[in-house]
Amino acid sequence: MSSFSSIDAAYAPVEFENVCVGFDEGDILQDISFQVQPRETLVLLGETGTGKTLTLKMAAGLLQPSQGAVRVLGHKVSSMPENELLEFRRQIGIVFQEGALFDSMTVGDNVAYRLREDRLDEAEIEPRVLEILRFVELEHTLDQLPSELSGGMRRRVSIARALVTRPQIVLYDSPTAGLDPITSQTIITLILRLRDVYGVTALLATHRLQDGFALANFRFDPKSRSVVREKPGAKKSTDEPTTRFIAYRDGRIYFEGAPEELASSKDPYLRRFLV
Amino acid sequence: MVGVLTDAFKGFLANIQDYTFMATRSLTNLLTGPRYFQDLLDQMDDVGVGSLAIVLASGFFIGAVMVLQTGSQFVRFGQTALTGDIVSLALVRELGPTLTGILVAGRVASGMASELGSMLVTEQVDAMRAMGTDPSRKLITPRVLATILVLPLLTALNDFVGLLGGCVASVFSLRLGAVEFWTRAIDALDFPDIMQGMIKPLVYGFILSTVGCYKGLTVRGGTQGVGRATTQAVVVSNIMIIAADVFLTKLSLYLGDKLF
Repeated sequence: MSSFSSIDAAYAPVEFENVCVGFDEGDILQDISFQVQPRETLVLLGETGTGKTLTLKMAAGLLQPSQGAVRVLGHKVSSMPENELLEFRRQIGIVFQEGALFDSMTVGDNVAYRLREDRLDEAEIEPRVLEILRFVELEHTLDQLPSELSGGMRRRVSIARALVTRPQIVLYDSPTAGLDPITSQTIITLILRLRDVYGVTALLATHRLQDGFALANFRFDPKSRSVVREKPGAKKSTDEPTTRFIAYRDGRIYFEGAPEELASSKDPYLRRFLV
Repeated sequence: MVGVLTDAFKGFLANIQDYTFMATRSLTNLLTGPRYFQDLLDQMDDVGVGSLAIVLASGFFIGAVMVLQTGSQFVRFGQTALTGDIVSLALVRELGPTLTGILVAGRVASGMASELGSMLVTEQVDAMRAMGTDPSRKLITPRVLATILVLPLLTALNDFVGLLGGCVASVFSLRLGAVEFWTRAIDALDFPDIMQGMIKPLVYGFILSTVGCYKGLTVRGGTQGVGRATTQAVVVSNIMIIAADVFLTKLSLYLGDKLF
């Protein structure tokens, strides 16, 4: 697959600063601040309804915070008008929880959607669609409708659709929710490949800690084209992809740190995720 | 109690404001790009060709019923020859546009509300925004424009088929000659009548498509909400069409008197 766009190292690709968001029933998220560094995967951990999806939607500019600032790729998306946001969103990829594929379009049309919106030549679109579908190993589904695919396949098509423009940042909303362990592993392998081969920066919301640890403890080896376990205690160079965790509780950041810190935590709430 | 009523009234006003913004944008989007011509053609096909059967069938029977009802009264005065005039005027000025609007609203406004509502609850609308597409341009404007363009054509067909039904009924029921019926029906019509009959569907098309899109894109409460929005789209658009008919009729009669 062709290379993805690189990120300007002058700023953190994603930055939340004292962000609050709420609806009629009260604040869902309060005083959220964090940064995601280039090539880093930040795992947002939390129970259902703690605001993980809201965080991703704010990062994509699909939702405006009631307070605070959200900066993505140097753009202050929390105060951008919708017409500028539409242009900005072309630089990021989003994988929705249920895939959110256009059900009246074929897989090929779903993946090609964004390229057609950009008025690219059909001669250029077709190979790119096939290339990205080959990456998620679904080349044979090109002419099928989303309703003809399994849940895991739909999720992979959604990943393909998010990646077709080679974005600098990908936002994953519970990419393995509701999937069986084997299909979940396939999705995680895809995310590892993107991170380790193409250096994609990611924000991943999940309630499954095993997904986060899989990203922290394994890497994709391009030579053997397989997933290998990281050597315990091995020092990483500064440009190697890293994984970090944030756990939400009661609308606030309850934990922020490295996978090792989370794994060794004695906190009763965090231990519930580890069991 | 007062607080509940105040909140409900505020909610009602907020809905009107949101609807007005959305409806206005559906047309102002045409002034700037991107424009979705293929989507417009698809929607014209869906609204126009898809509604053809119900419009033609109901138009034929409405014309026939009109002849039977008016003819039965004219027989008492020996003026059955006037049936063509009355049916023609009633169909072209009033029944054609309004019934076509109501029939198409039943099919199209509900379809738009359920389709867009389903897209909303399955996050397809968010996905569209996430990929840099303005749903207002891609989803709403083609639907509104297609309905505005197609409804006058459907109305013209409805008028014609209605007169055909009236002709058949008058030949077999009132023993009028087909040529006599058509001659009187056509002679009865002046330009203001046709203008009135063609302006109304433009407004009805705008109403039913914007209401359908608005109800679809403001769905709350999952699939149950989609069902509710679908019903509301039909009810609200029908009421708005009939209410608009009163004002359009008055305006058309006034303009007809002043201009022609």
